[in-house]
Amino acid sequence: MAERFQRDELVVLLGTPNAESSRLYALTVKEGDPSWAGALAGTQLGLDVYHITEPEVKAAIPSAIYEEHVALMTMVLDVDDIATAVRGVRNGQS
Amino acid sequence: MNMQGKKVIALGERDGIQGTALAECAKSAGADVVLEMTHCFV
Repeated sequence: MAERFQRDELVVLLGTPNAESSRLYALTVKEGDPSWAGALAGTQLGLDVYHITEPEVKAAIPSAIYEEHVALMTMVLDVDDIATAVRGVRNGQS
Repeated sequence: MNMQGKKVIALGERDGIQGTALAECAKSAGADVVLEMTHCFV
């Protein structure tokens, strides 16, 4: 998929439930599988990655749609920790 | 963040937010969803 499209037109959107899994997914699509266990081990795709609960993503989505599909889960997820983890990977601070 | 015209890979998780929900949100923001999945680790 990453080879079929230009890197700068692709965005990975995550719906992971905690900071640890968010960091793992984000690292995998940006720098390659950190566990070196999967097919993306050593493959630096360099994709832009965001979590659906990050404020800049929320701002891009019509509020009614966001409320219907995501808002309920934001009450039980640690959205601040998740945002910090994904932003860290995106900014190369992994 | 501007998702207009972007190709989105939606990676959901059953214990978090599912791929279908991510895809609906991305489409409503003007993106083109090219892959959508929901992982389950139970």
